[in-house]
Amino acid sequence: MKYTAARWLLAGAIAGAAPLHALEGETGIHDPSTVIVHAGRYYTYGTGGLPILSSDDGWTWQRQGTVMASLPGGKPGETTLARGGNNSWAPDVIRVGAQYFMYYSAPGTQPKSAIGLLVGRTLDPASPDYGWRDAGPVVWSDGIEDSNAIDPGVLLAPDGRLWLTYGSYFGFIRLVELDPATGLRRYPDRPPLNVAINSEASIPIYHDGWFYLLVTHGSCCQGANSTYNIRVGRARKVTGPYLDNMGIDMLEGGGKLFAASRGRHVGPGHFGLLDLGQGVQKFSLHYEADLDRGGISVLDIRPLLWRDGWPIAGDNFVAGTYTIESARTGTVLELAVQGFPVGGFRPRRGGPPAPPEAGPPIADQDSAQVAGKWPATTSVRLAPAMLQAQQKWAIAPVANAGGYPGSPYFRITIAGTERSLTAIKGGELEGRPFTGAAEQLWRIDQLTDGSYRIGPKSVPDNTDALVLSAVGSSMPTLAKFDAASDRQRWQLEAP
Amino acid sequence: MKPLLIASSFALATAFAPARAEAPRPAPTTLKSPTGSTQRVDARGFIHRWLVLEPVPVPGRLTEAAVEEALQTAPLPEQDALPRDGETVRLGGATPKWHALETINYNLNLYHFAWSLSQPTSNVLFWVTTTVDSPGELRNVRLAIGSNAASRWWLNGEPVIALNDDRQAVIDDGVSRRITLRKGRNVIRAAIINGGGATDFCARFLDEHDQPVKGLEVAL
Repeated sequence: MKYTAARWLLAGAIAGAAPLHALEGETGIHDPSTVIVHAGRYYTYGTGGLPILSSDDGWTWQRQGTVMASLPGGKPGETTLARGGNNSWAPDVIRVGAQYFMYYSAPGTQPKSAIGLLVGRTLDPASPDYGWRDAGPVVWSDGIEDSNAIDPGVLLAPDGRLWLTYGSYFGFIRLVELDPATGLRRYPDRPPLNVAINSEASIPIYHDGWFYLLVTHGSCCQGANSTYNIRVGRARKVTGPYLDNMGIDMLEGGGKLFAASRGRHVGPGHFGLLDLGQGVQKFSLHYEADLDRGGISVLDIRPLLWRDGWPIAGDNFVAGTYTIESARTGTVLELAVQGFPVGGFRPRRGGPPAPPEAGPPIADQDSAQVAGKWPATTSVRLAPAMLQAQQKWAIAPVANAGGYPGSPYFRITIAGTERSLTAIKGGELEGRPFTGAAEQLWRIDQLTDGSYRIGPKSVPDNTDALVLSAVGSSMPTLAKFDAASDRQRWQLEAP
Repeated sequence: MKPLLIASSFALATAFAPARAEAPRPAPTTLKSPTGSTQRVDARGFIHRWLVLEPVPVPGRLTEAAVEEALQTAPLPEQDALPRDGETVRLGGATPKWHALETINYNLNLYHFAWSLSQPTSNVLFWVTTTVDSPGELRNVRLAIGSNAASRWWLNGEPVIALNDDRQAVIDDGVSRRITLRKGRNVIRAAIINGGGATDFCARFLDEHDQPVKGLEVAL
């Protein structure tokens, strides 16, 4: 019943609109941790003292100092310094029970390195409970062995077991099991398990009976000349073997491409899973160079799709003119106005069709041709797609209106008019002149099957999170999202 | 992190620092000296025996132009015979030595090789060569290699593969056009250029169905 990612990718290509910035605000970061939510706020941490980036909506980000500044001397503890060195790079963070475990790279002269653990109870620097306890090194490399203990990635598996992968370009990517009570190694006397080789930013995730190991290949730190790209292999067991789509073991350099440079963003790396629930998954990453920001390294959050058992890197929604088609009914959203056939009315022909005779091209229909007598406010409905003006929605980001993880809010307006999709009392819909009110700001989340969930920022007199829903073949409404149904799944395609 | 930081600190330091007096490092665990005159390629067609020249410092840039410049900086003298284990070559102001090696893995870990000799592993060029004896003429085969990082490959003196940029050694990453392996001895020569971090390579031949060629004997 689900739409395919391939269909969405085609739609995106047809739309052809310019991509958005990678997030807003203070987004400069390198080697970001997995984006994590604490008390309704989003957090990520990066290289260079573990700088804190946080956001109340996942779209606009602010810097809030560094984690290391809260530690004695602003540096790793003595044991970690002895095993590694006085650096703090590329962390990953996870909540286990009431504790937050932050794993960070503390390299010395690589490949002599260590991964240190900090334990805290809150991520909010303003909280009286804020603070990090140095729990010492978790794993390390002695500078001789075939591994470089940096770039931690942590997974809490569905069975409650906690796993850490780490490593870099000096040999193996390694896996150890952690104790969920302490965050330290569960079996410190057992040798780590090699699961991949010569990669960076490894992190395991779990999806639908498979473990996936995401890694970053290529080189970093050269701005737009960086070749970072994200690769993936999968295994039935967390311990591997992790094979790519061609059956090549990641221990032998395998890895299916997950994300490469695109558009204005060069060198994606450091995957982190952000599962928002109800069929919405996103991933955090950094780009080595954002060409729209002078080539600095920045954070981004993008949709995560799944196809044929493999993760697919989606793109955040781009502005353009679209039809909004119900996955349930195949009908499209339109203003409830009298439609005019593209190219004008024609007499109904009886009997069999006449032999085809090609005529001159018929121009597209736009609102200027037909909207003269449309009322300023109309209801909306679903109807068969006819390429008519009342079915063509211009979807554009709204500046300074906030957003959600990865995207700003959008306005959804009939192209060439100000008639905008508006949530009204009772959880219904109308087309009204655009004012910028919250009920005219729309969140567009791509679901893991490639279709979209579309919901207003707020609904008058309603505190529930409602989304666009096809209650019948010709009737749209607002309803709570049901991930198991196609009612609230929509396809956005070029008309 | 990260190759470039590595290159700017550790790698550069190790690549160009004068050799320090230090205790000999342990022998690489993945490499050994060949025994016996020949060795058949393995079940997946990979070649395990190579003559490897000690690394030659070059700028660690890996663009096509930079790789070509590195090859000009450290050209391997043409010679008819395969070098012998322990033989030295005059390259620039240095006299690197050839080492006959057999890797226990499908790939040959150049990082292990150089590190064990207290030689630089970053911003270097490695020359490698070997021969494969084919029992008969084999048409429409391809040389298939993986290299970390950039590399150039020649078969019987003809250039067949060129890979640029920083990259992992992925099996069958660089593949030649269809070529003919002549009956008897065929010479493979390659240059692998590394920027920072690990460095290794692997090589095999694929038949016209993209399956490994298994009946080849490797001799040094």
